[in-house]
Amino acid sequence: MKRIVLWVLSTLSAVVVLFGYHTSTSSVMATGTGSEGAFSTSLTGQTASGTSSGSGTTSSGAAPPTDTPTDTPTDTTTDGASTTVVGDAVQTRYGPVQVQLQVSGSTITNVSVLQYPDQDGRDLQISNFSLPQLVQDTLDSQGDSVAMVSGATYTSEGYLQSLQSALDQAGL
Amino acid sequence: MTGVAAPTRRVEQVMGMPISLALRGRHADDQLGEQAWEAALTELRWVDEVFSTWRPDSQVSRLGRGEVTLAECHESVAEVLRLGDDARVSSGGAFDVCLSDRDGVRRLDPSGVVKGWAVDRAVAPLLALADTDVCLSAGGDMVCHVADPDGEPWLIGIEHPLDPTRLVARVPVHRGAVATSGSAHRGAHVVDARSGRPQEALASVTVIGARLTSVDIDATTALALGVDGPDWLRSRLRTGIVVWADGRAETVS
Repeated sequence: MKRIVLWVLSTLSAVVVLFGYHTSTSSVMATGTGSEGAFSTSLTGQTASGTSSGSGTTSSGAAPPTDTPTDTPTDTTTDGASTTVVGDAVQTRYGPVQVQLQVSGSTITNVSVLQYPDQDGRDLQISNFSLPQLVQDTLDSQGDSVAMVSGATYTSEGYLQSLQSALDQAGL
Repeated sequence: MTGVAAPTRRVEQVMGMPISLALRGRHADDQLGEQAWEAALTELRWVDEVFSTWRPDSQVSRLGRGEVTLAECHESVAEVLRLGDDARVSSGGAFDVCLSDRDGVRRLDPSGVVKGWAVDRAVAPLLALADTDVCLSAGGDMVCHVADPDGEPWLIGIEHPLDPTRLVARVPVHRGAVATSGSAHRGAHVVDARSGRPQEALASVTVIGARLTSVDIDATTALALGVDGPDWLRSRLRTGIVVWADGRAETVS
Protein backbone atom coordinates (compact mmCIF):
# COMPACT_ATOMS: atom_id res chain seq x y z
CA MET A 1 0.00 0.00 0.00
CA LYS A 2 2.85 2.33 0.79
CA ARG A 3 4.16 1.84 -2.67
CA ILE A 4 0.80 2.70 -4.11
CA VAL A 5 0.82 5.94 -2.18
CA LEU A 6 4.29 6.70 -3.42
CA TRP A 7 3.18 5.94 -6.93
CA VAL A 8 0.25 8.29 -6.68
CA LEU A 9 2.48 11.00 -5.35
CA SER A 10 5.12 10.45 -7.96
CA THR A 11 2.47 10.40 -10.64
CA LEU A 12 1.04 13.60 -9.29
CA SER A 13 4.42 15.25 -9.33
CA ALA A 14 4.90 13.91 -12.82
CA VAL A 15 1.69 15.56 -13.88
CA VAL A 16 2.97 18.79 -12.48
CA VAL A 17 6.27 18.30 -14.26
CA LEU A 18 4.54 17.46 -17.48
CA PHE A 19 2.44 20.53 -17.38
CA GLY A 20 5.54 22.54 -16.75
CA TYR A 21 7.05 20.84 -19.76
CA HIS A 22 4.31 21.42 -22.16
CA THR A 23 3.41 24.92 -21.29
CA SER A 24 7.03 25.87 -21.40
CA THR A 25 6.97 24.98 -25.06
CA SER A 26 3.71 26.64 -25.82
CA SER A 27 3.40 30.14 -27.01
CA VAL A 28 1.62 31.31 -23.91
CA MET A 29 4.82 31.13 -21.93
CA ALA A 30 6.58 33.23 -24.48
CA THR A 31 4.37 36.13 -23.54
CA GLY A 32 6.27 36.32 -20.30
CA THR A 33 3.22 36.73 -18.17
CA GLY A 34 4.77 34.79 -15.38
CA SER A 35 1.87 32.42 -15.41
CA GLU A 36 4.00 29.70 -13.92
CA GLY A 37 3.47 31.26 -10.56
CA ALA A 38 -0.25 31.11 -11.01
CA PHE A 39 -0.05 27.56 -12.19
CA SER A 40 -1.78 24.90 -10.25
CA THR A 41 -2.92 21.43 -10.93
CA SER A 42 -5.46 19.27 -9.29
CA LEU A 43 -6.69 15.77 -9.56
CA THR A 44 -10.31 14.89 -9.36
CA GLY A 45 -10.90 13.89 -5.80
CA GLN A 46 -7.92 15.86 -4.65
CA THR A 47 -9.02 19.22 -5.82
CA ALA A 48 -8.62 20.98 -2.54
CA SER A 49 -5.09 19.82 -1.96
CA GLY A 50 -3.77 19.39 -5.44
CA THR A 51 -1.67 22.45 -5.79
CA SER A 52 1.39 22.60 -7.94
CA SER A 53 3.59 22.23 -4.92
CA GLY A 54 2.07 18.84 -4.29
CA SER A 55 2.79 19.37 -0.63
CA GLY A 56 -0.76 19.00 0.52
CA THR A 57 -1.43 15.76 -1.23
CA THR A 58 0.16 13.38 1.20
CA SER A 59 -2.95 12.40 3.02
CA SER A 60 -5.27 12.43 0.07
CA GLY A 61 -2.76 10.47 -1.94
CA ALA A 62 -3.76 7.39 -0.02
CA ALA A 63 -7.15 7.51 -1.65
CA PRO A 64 -6.72 7.29 -5.38
CA PRO A 65 -9.00 9.57 -7.30
CA THR A 66 -12.12 7.69 -8.08
CA ASP A 67 -15.44 8.40 -9.61
CA THR A 68 -13.90 10.08 -12.58
CA PRO A 69 -16.42 11.52 -14.97
CA THR A 70 -16.68 9.71 -18.24
CA ASP A 71 -17.25 11.18 -21.60
CA THR A 72 -17.23 14.72 -20.40
CA PRO A 73 -18.06 16.58 -23.55
CA THR A 74 -15.41 18.77 -24.99
CA ASP A 75 -16.51 22.32 -24.56
CA THR A 76 -15.52 25.83 -23.76
CA THR A 77 -17.18 28.07 -21.24
CA THR A 78 -16.46 31.67 -20.46
CA ASP A 79 -16.97 33.21 -17.06
CA GLY A 80 -16.10 36.86 -17.03
CA ALA A 81 -12.45 37.21 -17.99
CA SER A 82 -11.70 33.54 -17.42
CA THR A 83 -12.26 30.87 -20.05
CA THR A 84 -12.47 27.19 -19.25
CA VAL A 85 -11.39 24.81 -21.97
CA VAL A 86 -11.78 21.08 -21.77
CA GLY A 87 -9.38 18.93 -23.76
CA ASP A 88 -10.35 15.79 -25.58
CA ALA A 89 -10.51 12.64 -23.50
CA VAL A 90 -7.51 10.61 -24.58
CA GLN A 91 -7.43 6.86 -24.21
CA THR A 92 -4.35 5.47 -22.56
CA ARG A 93 -3.60 1.93 -21.57
CA TYR A 94 -4.83 2.70 -18.06
CA GLY A 95 -7.97 4.46 -19.09
CA PRO A 96 -9.09 7.85 -20.30
CA VAL A 97 -7.22 11.01 -19.48
CA GLN A 98 -8.81 14.40 -19.81
CA VAL A 99 -7.43 17.80 -18.97
CA GLN A 100 -9.18 21.10 -18.33
CA LEU A 101 -7.59 24.51 -18.60
CA GLN A 102 -8.64 27.82 -17.24
CA VAL A 103 -7.38 30.67 -19.31
CA SER A 104 -7.35 34.34 -18.53
CA GLY A 105 -6.31 36.31 -21.55
CA SER A 106 -3.25 34.46 -22.79
CA THR A 107 -2.40 33.11 -19.36
CA ILE A 108 -3.23 29.64 -18.13
CA THR A 109 -4.49 30.10 -14.60
CA ASN A 110 -5.38 26.54 -13.75
CA VAL A 111 -5.04 23.03 -15.05
CA SER A 112 -7.22 20.22 -13.81
CA VAL A 113 -7.21 16.58 -14.69
CA LEU A 114 -10.87 15.67 -15.15
CA GLN A 115 -10.27 12.03 -15.90
CA TYR A 116 -7.45 10.09 -14.45
CA PRO A 117 -6.98 6.37 -15.00
CA ASP A 118 -6.90 5.16 -11.43
CA GLN A 119 -10.24 3.49 -11.19
CA ASP A 120 -8.91 0.81 -8.91
CA GLY A 121 -5.78 -0.49 -7.33
CA ARG A 122 -5.10 -2.79 -10.20
CA ASP A 123 -4.18 0.01 -12.54
CA LEU A 124 -1.86 1.41 -9.93
CA GLN A 125 -0.21 -1.93 -9.50
CA ILE A 126 0.34 -2.30 -13.20
CA SER A 127 1.68 1.18 -13.62
CA ASN A 128 4.03 0.53 -10.75
CA PHE A 129 5.43 -2.42 -12.65
CA SER A 130 4.98 -4.54 -9.57
CA LEU A 131 2.50 -6.60 -11.51
CA PRO A 132 1.21 -8.98 -8.85
CA GLN A 133 -2.22 -9.08 -10.38
CA LEU A 134 -1.10 -9.04 -13.92
CA VAL A 135 1.04 -12.02 -13.17
CA GLN A 136 -1.89 -13.69 -11.47
CA ASP A 137 -3.81 -13.16 -14.66
CA THR A 138 -1.13 -14.67 -16.75
CA LEU A 139 0.30 -17.23 -14.36
CA ASP A 140 -1.52 -20.14 -15.90
CA SER A 141 -0.28 -19.46 -19.36
CA GLN A 142 2.97 -17.71 -18.58
CA GLY A 143 4.39 -19.66 -15.69
CA ASP A 144 6.56 -17.84 -13.15
CA SER A 145 6.07 -14.25 -12.23
CA VAL A 146 8.09 -11.67 -14.07
CA ALA A 147 10.30 -9.00 -12.52
CA MET A 148 9.71 -6.25 -15.08
CA VAL A 149 7.68 -5.78 -18.22
CA SER A 150 9.10 -4.52 -21.44
CA GLY A 151 6.60 -2.81 -23.67
CA ALA A 152 6.11 -0.02 -26.10
CA THR A 153 7.08 3.21 -24.47
CA TYR A 154 4.19 4.80 -22.74
CA THR A 155 5.13 8.28 -21.77
CA SER A 156 2.41 10.26 -20.17
CA GLU A 157 1.32 10.91 -23.70
CA GLY A 158 -2.34 10.94 -22.77
CA TYR A 159 -1.86 14.01 -20.65
CA LEU A 160 0.06 15.73 -23.37
CA GLN A 161 -2.46 14.93 -26.06
CA SER A 162 -5.39 16.06 -24.00
CA LEU A 163 -3.56 19.15 -22.83
CA GLN A 164 -2.54 19.95 -26.37
CA SER A 165 -6.10 19.74 -27.61
CA ALA A 166 -7.21 22.06 -24.84
CA LEU A 167 -4.42 24.46 -25.74
CA ASP A 168 -5.47 24.31 -29.36
CA GLN A 169 -9.07 25.09 -28.49
CA ALA A 170 -7.97 27.99 -26.33
CA GLY A 171 -6.03 29.31 -29.28
CA LEU A 172 -2.83 29.40 -27.27
CA MET B 1 19.58 -14.87 -1.80
CA THR B 2 17.23 -17.76 -1.51
CA GLY B 3 14.88 -18.59 -4.31
CA VAL B 4 13.21 -15.63 -5.91
CA ALA B 5 13.53 -12.96 -3.26
CA ALA B 6 11.00 -10.21 -3.74
CA PRO B 7 12.90 -7.21 -5.03
CA THR B 8 12.70 -3.77 -3.52
CA ARG B 9 11.10 -1.37 -5.95
CA ARG B 10 11.31 2.33 -6.51
CA VAL B 11 9.66 4.46 -9.15
CA GLU B 12 10.01 8.07 -10.21
CA GLN B 13 8.91 10.08 -13.21
CA VAL B 14 11.75 11.55 -15.24
CA MET B 15 11.88 12.47 -18.92
CA GLY B 16 8.10 12.16 -19.02
CA MET B 17 8.16 8.45 -18.31
CA PRO B 18 8.22 6.19 -15.30
CA ILE B 19 11.72 5.17 -14.23
CA SER B 20 11.40 1.94 -12.31
CA LEU B 21 14.08 0.19 -10.31
CA ALA B 22 14.10 -3.27 -8.79
CA LEU B 23 16.92 -4.24 -6.45
CA ARG B 24 17.64 -7.56 -4.77
CA GLY B 25 20.43 -8.43 -2.41
CA ARG B 26 22.76 -6.67 -0.01
CA HIS B 27 22.02 -3.04 -0.77
CA ALA B 28 18.43 -3.36 -1.90
CA ASP B 29 17.08 -1.63 1.18
CA ASP B 30 19.96 0.32 2.65
CA GLN B 31 21.36 3.81 2.35
CA LEU B 32 23.90 2.87 -0.31
CA GLY B 33 21.15 1.51 -2.53
CA GLU B 34 19.14 4.67 -2.00
CA GLN B 35 22.11 6.85 -2.86
CA ALA B 36 22.80 4.90 -6.04
CA TRP B 37 19.16 5.33 -7.05
CA GLU B 38 19.35 9.05 -6.42
CA ALA B 39 22.54 9.21 -8.47
CA ALA B 40 20.81 7.39 -11.33
CA LEU B 41 17.90 9.84 -11.22
CA THR B 42 20.27 12.79 -11.13
CA GLU B 43 21.94 11.51 -14.26
CA LEU B 44 18.61 11.03 -16.04
CA ARG B 45 17.47 14.52 -15.08
CA TRP B 46 20.70 15.95 -16.44
CA VAL B 47 20.21 14.09 -19.71
CA ASP B 48 16.70 15.47 -19.88
CA GLU B 49 17.95 19.02 -19.40
CA VAL B 50 20.46 18.67 -22.20
CA PHE B 51 18.52 16.56 -24.68
CA SER B 52 14.83 17.18 -24.18
CA THR B 53 13.05 18.32 -27.29
CA TRP B 54 10.20 19.45 -25.02
CA ARG B 55 12.40 22.05 -23.37
CA PRO B 56 13.04 25.02 -25.62
CA ASP B 57 16.15 25.88 -23.60
CA SER B 58 17.78 22.44 -23.83
CA GLN B 59 21.02 22.26 -25.75
CA VAL B 60 19.44 19.99 -28.32
CA SER B 61 16.52 22.36 -28.85
CA ARG B 62 18.89 25.28 -29.28
CA LEU B 63 21.09 23.26 -31.60
CA GLY B 64 18.04 22.34 -33.65
CA ARG B 65 17.17 26.02 -34.02
CA GLY B 66 20.73 26.85 -35.00
CA GLU B 67 21.30 29.02 -31.93
CA VAL B 68 24.36 27.09 -30.87
CA THR B 69 26.90 25.00 -32.73
CA LEU B 70 27.59 21.38 -31.94
CA ALA B 71 31.00 22.39 -30.61
CA GLU B 72 29.31 24.66 -28.09
CA CYS B 73 27.16 21.86 -26.75
CA HIS B 74 28.19 19.32 -24.16
CA GLU B 75 30.39 16.67 -25.72
CA SER B 76 27.74 14.05 -25.07
CA VAL B 77 25.50 15.72 -27.67
CA ALA B 78 28.03 14.92 -30.38
CA GLU B 79 28.30 11.39 -29.02
CA VAL B 80 24.55 10.88 -29.27
CA LEU B 81 24.39 12.36 -32.77
CA ARG B 82 27.18 10.01 -33.84
CA LEU B 83 25.18 7.08 -32.52
CA GLY B 84 22.17 8.33 -34.43
CA ASP B 85 24.21 8.71 -37.59
CA ASP B 86 25.59 5.18 -37.28
CA ALA B 87 22.02 3.95 -36.95
CA ARG B 88 20.93 5.94 -39.97
CA VAL B 89 23.63 4.33 -42.08
CA SER B 90 23.05 0.80 -40.82
CA SER B 91 19.30 1.09 -41.34
CA GLY B 92 19.52 2.46 -44.85
CA GLY B 93 17.98 5.70 -43.65
CA ALA B 94 14.98 4.26 -41.83
CA PHE B 95 16.37 5.52 -38.54
CA ASP B 96 17.26 9.19 -38.47
CA VAL B 97 17.57 11.75 -35.71
CA CYS B 98 16.51 14.39 -38.20
CA LEU B 99 12.87 14.00 -39.09
CA SER B 100 10.71 15.94 -41.44
CA ASP B 101 7.51 17.09 -39.84
CA ARG B 102 4.22 17.53 -41.62
CA ASP B 103 5.26 20.85 -43.06
CA GLY B 104 8.42 19.33 -44.50
CA VAL B 105 10.57 21.17 -41.99
CA ARG B 106 13.54 19.13 -40.81
CA ARG B 107 13.86 19.00 -37.08
CA LEU B 108 16.42 17.47 -34.81
CA ASP B 109 14.99 14.80 -32.54
CA PRO B 110 17.56 12.38 -31.12
CA SER B 111 15.00 10.91 -28.67
CA GLY B 112 15.31 7.52 -30.35
CA VAL B 113 18.92 7.36 -29.23
CA VAL B 114 18.81 9.22 -25.98
CA LYS B 115 16.70 6.96 -23.83
CA GLY B 116 18.75 3.78 -24.05
CA TRP B 117 21.97 5.74 -23.92
CA ALA B 118 20.78 7.61 -20.84
CA VAL B 119 19.81 4.45 -18.98
CA ASP B 120 23.15 2.85 -19.80
CA ARG B 121 24.79 5.85 -18.15
CA ALA B 122 22.37 6.13 -15.26
CA VAL B 123 22.61 2.50 -14.25
CA ALA B 124 26.36 2.75 -13.55
CA PRO B 125 26.13 3.71 -9.86
CA LEU B 126 23.61 0.90 -9.32
CA LEU B 127 25.87 -1.67 -10.97
CA ALA B 128 28.59 -0.61 -8.54
CA LEU B 129 26.53 -1.93 -5.61
CA ALA B 130 28.23 -5.11 -4.38
CA ASP B 131 26.20 -8.31 -4.19
CA THR B 132 23.12 -6.53 -5.46
CA ASP B 133 20.90 -7.42 -8.41
CA VAL B 134 19.66 -4.50 -10.47
CA CYS B 135 16.86 -4.03 -12.95
CA LEU B 136 16.43 -0.42 -14.11
CA SER B 137 13.63 0.31 -16.54
CA ALA B 138 12.82 3.54 -18.33
CA GLY B 139 9.33 3.34 -19.73
CA GLY B 140 9.63 -0.37 -20.49
CA ASP B 141 13.23 -0.47 -21.72
CA MET B 142 15.64 -1.85 -19.17
CA VAL B 143 19.08 -2.88 -18.05
CA CYS B 144 19.29 -6.06 -15.97
CA HIS B 145 22.18 -7.21 -13.86
CA VAL B 146 22.50 -10.20 -11.53
CA ALA B 147 25.56 -9.98 -9.29
CA ASP B 148 26.09 -13.73 -8.97
CA PRO B 149 26.35 -15.29 -12.45
CA ASP B 150 24.68 -18.38 -11.01
CA GLY B 151 22.01 -16.34 -9.30
CA GLU B 152 18.36 -16.10 -10.11
CA PRO B 153 17.85 -14.25 -13.42
CA TRP B 154 15.49 -11.33 -13.75
CA LEU B 155 12.41 -12.60 -15.46
CA ILE B 156 11.24 -10.02 -17.97
CA GLY B 157 7.77 -10.15 -19.38
CA ILE B 158 7.27 -8.91 -22.90
CA GLU B 159 3.99 -7.11 -23.12
CA HIS B 160 1.56 -8.02 -25.85
CA PRO B 161 1.31 -4.90 -27.98
CA LEU B 162 -2.35 -5.47 -28.75
CA ASP B 163 -3.37 -6.35 -25.19
CA PRO B 164 -1.35 -4.87 -22.34
CA THR B 165 -2.92 -7.29 -19.89
CA ARG B 166 -1.18 -10.17 -21.59
CA LEU B 167 2.39 -11.10 -22.03
CA VAL B 168 3.60 -12.28 -25.34
CA ALA B 169 6.82 -13.78 -23.96
CA ARG B 170 9.03 -14.03 -20.93
CA VAL B 171 12.80 -13.61 -21.05
CA PRO B 172 15.14 -14.54 -18.20
CA VAL B 173 18.03 -12.07 -18.17
CA HIS B 174 21.14 -12.29 -16.00
CA ARG B 175 23.05 -9.44 -17.49
CA GLY B 176 21.76 -7.55 -20.47
CA ALA B 177 19.27 -5.11 -21.84
CA VAL B 178 15.74 -5.42 -23.15
CA ALA B 179 14.04 -2.81 -25.30
CA THR B 180 10.64 -2.85 -26.94
CA SER B 181 9.45 -0.42 -29.56
CA GLY B 182 5.85 -0.42 -30.59
CA SER B 183 3.03 1.64 -31.85
CA ALA B 184 0.45 0.44 -29.35
CA HIS B 185 0.35 3.06 -26.62
CA ARG B 186 1.32 6.18 -28.40
CA GLY B 187 -0.31 5.73 -31.73
CA ALA B 188 2.09 5.23 -34.58
CA HIS B 189 4.95 7.24 -33.12
CA VAL B 190 7.71 5.47 -35.00
CA VAL B 191 7.95 6.64 -38.57
CA ASP B 192 10.12 5.37 -41.36
CA ALA B 193 12.45 8.30 -41.86
CA ARG B 194 12.79 7.32 -45.53
CA SER B 195 9.14 8.04 -46.23
CA GLY B 196 8.17 10.11 -43.19
CA ARG B 197 5.21 7.79 -42.75
CA PRO B 198 4.48 5.41 -39.91
CA GLN B 199 4.98 1.77 -40.70
CA GLU B 200 2.00 -0.47 -40.09
CA ALA B 201 3.29 -4.00 -40.59
CA LEU B 202 4.62 -4.51 -37.08
CA ALA B 203 2.93 -3.94 -33.76
CA SER B 204 6.10 -4.21 -31.69
CA VAL B 205 9.72 -5.25 -31.78
CA THR B 206 11.68 -6.41 -28.74
CA VAL B 207 15.44 -6.76 -28.83
CA ILE B 208 17.58 -8.35 -26.13
CA GLY B 209 21.30 -7.69 -26.02
CA ALA B 210 24.27 -6.48 -24.06
CA ARG B 211 23.84 -2.71 -24.10
CA LEU B 212 20.58 -0.82 -23.99
CA THR B 213 21.89 1.96 -26.22
CA SER B 214 22.21 -0.28 -29.26
CA VAL B 215 19.35 -2.60 -28.34
CA ASP B 216 16.95 0.33 -28.11
CA ILE B 217 18.10 1.78 -31.42
CA ASP B 218 17.79 -1.58 -33.14
CA ALA B 219 14.30 -2.18 -31.80
CA THR B 220 13.19 1.22 -33.05
CA THR B 221 14.93 0.71 -36.38
CA ALA B 222 13.39 -2.70 -36.96
CA LEU B 223 9.96 -1.28 -36.19
CA ALA B 224 10.54 1.58 -38.62
CA LEU B 225 11.63 -0.90 -41.29
CA GLY B 226 8.29 -2.64 -40.94
CA VAL B 227 8.02 -5.78 -43.00
CA ASP B 228 11.79 -5.77 -43.51
CA GLY B 229 12.45 -5.45 -39.80
CA PRO B 230 12.75 -9.10 -38.79
CA ASP B 231 15.25 -9.93 -41.54
CA TRP B 232 17.20 -6.82 -40.71
CA LEU B 233 17.44 -7.98 -37.10
CA ARG B 234 18.63 -11.40 -38.23
CA SER B 235 21.25 -9.80 -40.44
CA ARG B 236 22.59 -8.15 -37.33
CA LEU B 237 22.47 -11.44 -35.39
CA ARG B 238 20.00 -9.93 -32.98
CA THR B 239 17.84 -11.83 -30.53
CA GLY B 240 14.33 -10.60 -30.13
CA ILE B 241 10.61 -10.91 -30.53
CA VAL B 242 8.54 -9.41 -33.30
CA VAL B 243 4.79 -9.07 -33.06
CA TRP B 244 3.04 -8.44 -36.35
CA ALA B 245 0.10 -6.11 -36.68
CA ASP B 246 -2.27 -9.08 -36.66
CA GLY B 247 -0.91 -10.21 -33.29
CA ARG B 248 1.24 -13.04 -34.59
CA ALA B 249 4.45 -13.30 -32.56
CA GLU B 250 7.75 -14.42 -33.98
CA THR B 251 11.06 -15.08 -32.27
CA VAL B 252 14.11 -13.68 -33.95
CA SER B 253 17.46 -15.25 -33.18
